[in-house]
This record gives sequence, structure tokens and C-alpha cells, in this order.
Amino acid sequence: MTVNRRACLLFALMAAALLAVGFGQSWSLSLTILNLCLISAIMSLGLNMQWGYAGLFNVGVMGFAALGGVAAVLVSQPPVPAAWSAGAGDLGLTVLALIATIAVIVMVRRAMPKGPLRAAVTFVLAIAGYGFVRIFFDPATEAIEAVDPSKSGYLGGLGLPVIIAWPVGGLIAAGAAWMVGKIALGLRADYLAIATLGISEIVLAMLKHEDWLTRGVKNVAGLARPVPYEIELQTTEWFLALSQTLGVSPTEASSVFVKLCYALLFTAVLLAVLWLAEKALHSPWGRMMRAIRDNEISAEAMGKDVTRRHLQIFVLGAAVVGLAGAMLVTLDGQFTPGTYNPLRYTFLIWVMVIVGGSGNNWGAVLGGFLVWFVWVEAEPAGLWLMDMATAGMGADSPLRAHLIESAPHMRLFVMGLILLLVLRFSPRGLLPAQTRH
Amino acid sequence: MSFLTAQNMVGGYGGSDILKGCTIAVERGEIVVIVGPNGAGKSTAMKAIFGMLDLREGQVRLGEDDITGLSPQERVRRGMGFVPQNNNVFSTMTVMENLEMGAYLRDDDWSQTLEQVLALFPVLGEKRQQAAGELSGGQRQQVAVARALMTRPQVLMLDEPTAGVSPIVMDELFDRIIEIRNTGIAILMVEQNAAQALAIADRGYVLVTGENRFSDTGQALLENDEVRRSFLGG
Amino acid sequence: MEDLLNAIVLLCNFVIVPALAYGAQLALGALGVTLIYGILRFSNFAHGDLMAFATMIVILVTWVLQDAGIGIAPLPTALLALPVGILGAIAISLVTDRWVYRFYRERKSAPVTFVIASIGVMFMLNGIVRVVIGPDDQSFADGSRFLLEVGEFREWTGLKEGLAIKMSQALTLAVAVLCVGALFYFLQRTRAGKAMRAYSDNEDLALLSGVDPARVVFYAWVIAAALATIAGTLYGLDKSFKPFTYFQLLLPIFAAAIVGGIGQPLGAIVGGFIVAFSEVMITYAYRKFLLYLLPQEWVPDGLVQLLSTDYKFAISFVILVVVLLVRPTGVFRGKVI
Repeated sequence: MTVNRRACLLFALMAAALLAVGFGQSWSLSLTILNLCLISAIMSLGLNMQWGYAGLFNVGVMGFAALGGVAAVLVSQPPVPAAWSAGAGDLGLTVLALIATIAVIVMVRRAMPKGPLRAAVTFVLAIAGYGFVRIFFDPATEAIEAVDPSKSGYLGGLGLPVIIAWPVGGLIAAGAAWMVGKIALGLRADYLAIATLGISEIVLAMLKHEDWLTRGVKNVAGLARPVPYEIELQTTEWFLALSQTLGVSPTEASSVFVKLCYALLFTAVLLAVLWLAEKALHSPWGRMMRAIRDNEISAEAMGKDVTRRHLQIFVLGAAVVGLAGAMLVTLDGQFTPGTYNPLRYTFLIWVMVIVGGSGNNWGAVLGGFLVWFVWVEAEPAGLWLMDMATAGMGADSPLRAHLIESAPHMRLFVMGLILLLVLRFSPRGLLPAQTRH
Repeated sequence: MSFLTAQNMVGGYGGSDILKGCTIAVERGEIVVIVGPNGAGKSTAMKAIFGMLDLREGQVRLGEDDITGLSPQERVRRGMGFVPQNNNVFSTMTVMENLEMGAYLRDDDWSQTLEQVLALFPVLGEKRQQAAGELSGGQRQQVAVARALMTRPQVLMLDEPTAGVSPIVMDELFDRIIEIRNTGIAILMVEQNAAQALAIADRGYVLVTGENRFSDTGQALLENDEVRRSFLGG
Repeated sequence: MEDLLNAIVLLCNFVIVPALAYGAQLALGALGVTLIYGILRFSNFAHGDLMAFATMIVILVTWVLQDAGIGIAPLPTALLALPVGILGAIAISLVTDRWVYRFYRERKSAPVTFVIASIGVMFMLNGIVRVVIGPDDQSFADGSRFLLEVGEFREWTGLKEGLAIKMSQALTLAVAVLCVGALFYFLQRTRAGKAMRAYSDNEDLALLSGVDPARVVFYAWVIAAALATIAGTLYGLDKSFKPFTYFQLLLPIFAAAIVGGIGQPLGAIVGGFIVAFSEVMITYAYRKFLLYLLPQEWVPDGLVQLLSTDYKFAISFVILVVVLLVRPTGVFRGKVI
């Protein structure tokens, strides 16, 4: 079977699975899964660029997704004027102090000859500069966080439509990736993995604890939507008429309608990203990328600037992940830094790419759909399985209660198993990348 | 029939054959040198004889036995020693530990072998507690040869033992190799320094594109005009 | 003079003692990572979850023993359960090697394939642990809590500051010293240990010397699993057991292994202490310490804390980056990966 026919078949099966959920469980659930499938597919496209095109082992997907997510807050939330007036002055001084510190360090380093003394002086200056910056930063954040802490306690955002946050999320993630890449991309695969793992933890720590910027673990709820609210729909005349013709209750119809709107938006974004990704992959640029991936040394010998290309693709991939991160937060309607977990936001995306077929964009999309579907449906399946398996134990058995309670965690096990099985028996994924000779 | 005979070897990496039916034989107490231009398949022939490369055709015999199908480890057990060209010592381990690793397969008392080896390479005794990676190039080669001798081999195979060492060290190393030969061990080596190596060789093979071009005594090859012109640089 | 003593005691109590214990735990974990890297040549992302899995077994056995009233007070019962945990960890390691890694070893796959496979193993172990014991905190420490209490110390020295040494901390150091001693004896003195070092140093030459790779790999897993169990149990006794925390330990453990020079056992130990001391020292609030040493008006108002404890991962990471930029082979010249 050719890869194309196989792709059609697998995507058709995927659609059938989603339809089955719609008929079997509920349409609302089916659409919820679909929406997250779409976002997952975009994230896995982003990672596929880094890993599949270029062989960059990025284990920091979570960090870039979260940075994209924060964009939704910073763009769409209304600004908090009280916080700005309380802290903006000191915050401005903080920025000036930071610039001054960097300027001093740069000047001193230029004036001094290279050597251990210079390194020592740089180190001391960096520590001193850090203390100096904190003189302004600490009171600024304290003042901001003191402004109505139960409701705001942060600077708020720009008050712009949330949809703008999507590209902005991509930009923020890209900026972070550029800095990370500058430091870490010269490294071999294992080091890069560990470095990116560390960076994503640091990003999360910042989002969790810099309350003045993100409200930290107090979360930001009630983010603006790019689609109508259910409540509004339920009072809109044309919608009420529509639900009557369809013969469903307005509540259910509105929920499905909103999710459909999201699904349309997400599909549009996914198709755009996919189109661009395909274009890029089959352009001379994409061919060069793959040449570098397959043989870095010979590519370097042919005069390709490998580190620069790697930086490029790393930034691009991170931007796509950031975009998806912003979409995810928009869909959730809230930003909750405490819920980011590397298993779900980094390693699950890895499973998607590997299962789908590294290097193949369609594979990444399929992987995103399939793995998310399994991830969600493994929970009820696990419960059912556990229930069956322990049925003989008696209703009040504490072991049975414990096993049933912990059944949802089975999905981690299932994910690991899927990853290992695919890696072993179909190492190039369900939709292998086409190799042209 | 010689003690070690590799007959009509055909094989290589992937699809293409590097060895195209060459034959190499060594007798006990004899130094045999393989020389030839770059890419002639000298090192490949060594690897094939030691079982690190599967042959498509041909046969390797040690004494009475056909060893063509045996793994390198099994060949070590049967009395073959090999000194690879690169990375031929355990650089993070001491000289003494390198020698111990040489004797890894032996479960008899090898203290006598150790004495003999140290007598042959006295400098190793002085540096026995030093990490092999910290030694000079020539001393590292001595460690490598000494390690291979710890198994008490009947055949010692050396892949370019003098690569990258100074001429003085090379002469010194060749002297040791002659001493080893005099204990009755068969020695087979590949050499880039062809003229010097043929001078100490009992017999030599000139390999070109995976085939035997000349084979004669070392002296005769040195005196052969065509060999001199083509392979020994005048 | 007394102020100086008080300051030193304060620092001992809040920085040196905790960092020593934490450093020993990291060192034991990093030894496992470094051994696997040295022999199997990949970074094992499942190591944190192997620690969690092993500790889970120890906890379950401890509970059974506690219910049966078996204990070795003042030492924690978990020590009795440790051998079972070690056996469990060895068993699961050998099973994963047999079913997962061996296949790729035989095909001589790229290291990155092993790493991805280890991510799969990580997921599975993580799932098992969460299903069996749940994702929450579990406490299993018993026996006496302190070896030296603050009150005792104050009475004994007459100082204002007290020094407490938790049983778990003392135990950690004692066990770590024993383990490291035994490991180094094994690696330096025994035939099998030397074979392991030889294999890690130069695989081809070790094969030529007759070292059996299957045996070396077996030893590597056995030792790494035993160390992971011990490290995980000690960490759990000292702090607490939570599956996710163990996963997160991966970062400081890798940092320790790389700082010391990956593949170098001695480096893993030094690296463990470097990471632990940096983490504790940088996140400690020095205000009280400074108050003992400086006139009051010189001491700044804040906590005098370089970095909030929330950012302790940043420290592992910064150490990692500095090492990679300044000396990529690590302190003890390990392999460059």
C-alpha cells in the first residue's frame, strides 16, 4: 500500500473513531476531543520540524507551549491601571538597571584580556548587577502584587482581541527558542535534551512564581473568547430557532455550536501551518535541512552553516508550538501554570511525532490526532477494564476501590507501550517520511 | 601448509569487495609484513583474518583447524593476538590494568607471562601505575603490544604499529618485535613504513587492489626494482 | 566570637548538613546514570522513574512490616525493606533491557533511539507507580527522627543557635559512603569491575580481550538499579515520596553526572555535591547569618536570598550550561556526548 493510500485510510479511521464517540458518547465530547486533537496536531507539527526535519532532540516542548499560553493572558486581559501606577516606575528602573549592568559587563569584558581574571570579574559583576537590579525589581513586584491580590495583583494585559495572542504566542516562544538555541544548539543530542528539559522547567517556575506577570498559581480565569458565549447564544433568537428546527435543547446546541466554531478556527490554523510546513519541507531549504540531519559532517564540509540552520528550524518549530500553546489556553479560557506537566506537554507530543512518523508532516498530524484520542479514551477504557478485572473482589473491597480510582493512570502505561511498540515494529512511524533517491 | 593461512579471501563492507582473492600465510617464528599502496586492502585483510569482517569466499586456517567462522573472541582463545591501529589501549586504565585485561581470558597463573612482557618492555614496569592515556605515543604502542602478548598468543597481528611514532621509537619497536619473533611466535603486520618493515621481515606480501602482487622474502622484495619503484618510493 | 560560632552553627544546620545529605542522594542517582551511560552509551531518561518504582516497592514492604510490628528502631523500617526494593528494581531493569534495549543494542542503533526508548520505559514505569501507589505524597519514615536535636545541642554548647541532625541525613551519608566504597572496590579491584571499566573505556578492545558484553551490561543494570533504590529510598526518608518529584530529580541528577564528567563514577559523586551545595547555598536566605556577623545597620532589609527556592531547577541548569561552555568533558574528563 502506498503511503498516500495508507494516510487516507488512517485519517478515515480517525474520523470514524471521532464519529463513533459522537454517536456513542456525545457530540459535545467528540468535539472536545477533536479540538484538542487539532491543537495536538499543531504542536506535533512544531516538534516534527525540530526533530523530523533537523534531528534536534528538544525535550522542552512544555516550556514553549506555556510561553505561548502566557501570550493569551498578556494580549487579551484588560490592563490593571492601579498595578501599572503602583509598579511601573520601579519596573522601568529595573529595566534601566538591567541595561546598565549588561553595558558595564560588556565594556569591562572588552577592556580586559581573555583569561581567568576576566571570567572572575564577569562573574562578580554579574552577581553585583543581579543585586543592583533586585533593588528596583523587588519593590516593583511587591507593589504590583499588592494591588487587589484576590482579583488582580498583576499588570494585566493589553486588552486586545484574543486571536492576536496566537501569533504573539508564537513570537514569544520563538524569542525564547532563539535565546535557548544560542546557548544549547551546539550540543550533541543528549545534552540538548537535558538542556531543553531544564529550560522548560525554568520557564514553568517563572510562570508559576512571577505573580506580577502571570498571577502565578492563582491562575488567570475568564479569558476573552474568539467565539460567542453559550449564554449569549441561548438568548439569541436565530439560534433558538435553529435549535428548535434541529430538535435539540438550546443548552446542548449552544455547547456544540461553540465547539464547532473553535474547531473551524483551529482547522483553519492547522491547515495553514500544514500547508506552510509542506511547502517548506519540499523546498530547497527543506532538502538542505534533511541533508544536514542525515549527515551533519558532510553537510558542514560542503559549506553549510549547520548551527545557523539548526537555530532557524529550532526557532520555527518553537513558534509553532507556542502558537498551539496560545490556542490551547484560549480554548481552556484560563491560564493555569500549575497544570503544565512534562509528561503531558512534552513527552506526549514526542509520542505523537514518533507514532505518526518523524519527518512526515501528515504523520505528525495523524500522530497528534491518534495519540490524543487514545490519551483521552484510555481513561474510560481503563476504568471499564479495571472494573471488569476487579468485579470478583466484592463491592466494598478497598483494593478494588483503589485500583478503580487509579485506573486513569493506566494511560501513562499505555502511552509508553505504544511508543515502544511503534519504535520497535514500525520505527519510522505510521506514515513514514518518503525518501527520494 | 603454514601455521596460519588465509587463502583466497574475498570480502568487504556493504556490497563491494575490497579483498579480491588474496592469500597470506605465516609460519611460527617468522615475521611477515604486508605492504602496499593506500586502499590496497591491507587493514581489511588483517580484519578478515581476525574475524572482524565476514568473508564471502576463502578460508582461514590456524594449525590444523578451519577458523573461518569463529568470532574474534574465539580466535583470541585459540591463540591469536591482535593490536589494532587506533584506540589500542584502555586509556583511562593503568598500564598494569591494561596488561591484566590482556590476560582476561586466562584462568591460569599469568605472573610469569607478566614478567616476560615486562622484561621485554622495561619502561612499562616503571610506569605500571600510570594511566595508559598519559603515556607517549611510543609507550602506548608498547602497552598495546604487551597487552596482546598477555594472552600468550601463537600468532601476533599488528596493524601499523609504528603509525605516528618517531623513527627512533620505530627502530626500538621493531627490535622488540624481532625479540618476540625469536620466542617462536608468528608475527603478521601491516606497515606504512614499508622499506624499514621489509628490512626486518622474513617474508613480505605486496598487496594491490585486494590481490597479491608480489610475495617473496623481505630482502628479495627490497631488491626488486619494480617493488622499489612502485611501492617504496625509489 | 560567640556570634561567629552561632553563625557557623546556623550555616551548618540549614546549609551544610542538608546539602551533604541531598548531595549524597544525588550522587547515588548520578552514579547509576553515569554507569548506564558508560556501558550502554545513552542517557537513561527512565532513571528517575526507576527510582520511584524501586522506592514504591520499599514503601509497600515497609507498610507490611510496620503492620506486622517488625522494626529496627531507632533505624527506619525501610532499611529492612531495602533488599526487596533492590531486587524489584533489578528485576524490572533486566526485564526492560531484555525486552526493550537489547534489540537496539544488537542492531547497534543510534544513541538517540535508546533515549527515545527510555522515554517509553519512563512512561510505563510512571504509569505503574501511579496505578499501584497513587500520585500523592506517601510517608513511610519511622524510627527516631533525630540523631542530634536542637535542644540537646544548645544545652551542650550553650550557643543560641542549635544544630539538628536528622536520622535520615546521618543514614544517607553513612549508606552513601558504604555504597560508594563497595562500588569503587568492585570497579577497581575485581575482575568483573575491571572488565566494566575496560568496556566503558574502549568497547572494541574489551571485546578483543574477551570481555563478554552481555555480562557487563547485566552488571551495569544490577548496580544502577541497586543504587537507584538506595538513592530513592534515602531521598524519600529524608524528604518525602511523590512520583512526580522523582521524575523531576532527573534534572539535578543529569546535571551532577555531566558536571562530574559523564561515564566517570568519581565525577558523579563530586557532581552530586556540587549541584546540591549550589542549590542549597543559592536558595538559602542569609539575613540571620549576616546579622551575627555584621552590625545590624549594614544588613539589608530583605531575606538576602540570591534566588527563591522556586527556581532551584534553574541552578542545576545554569551549572550544566556553564560546564558545557567552559569544560564540556566535565571536571573529571568524561566522554563528550
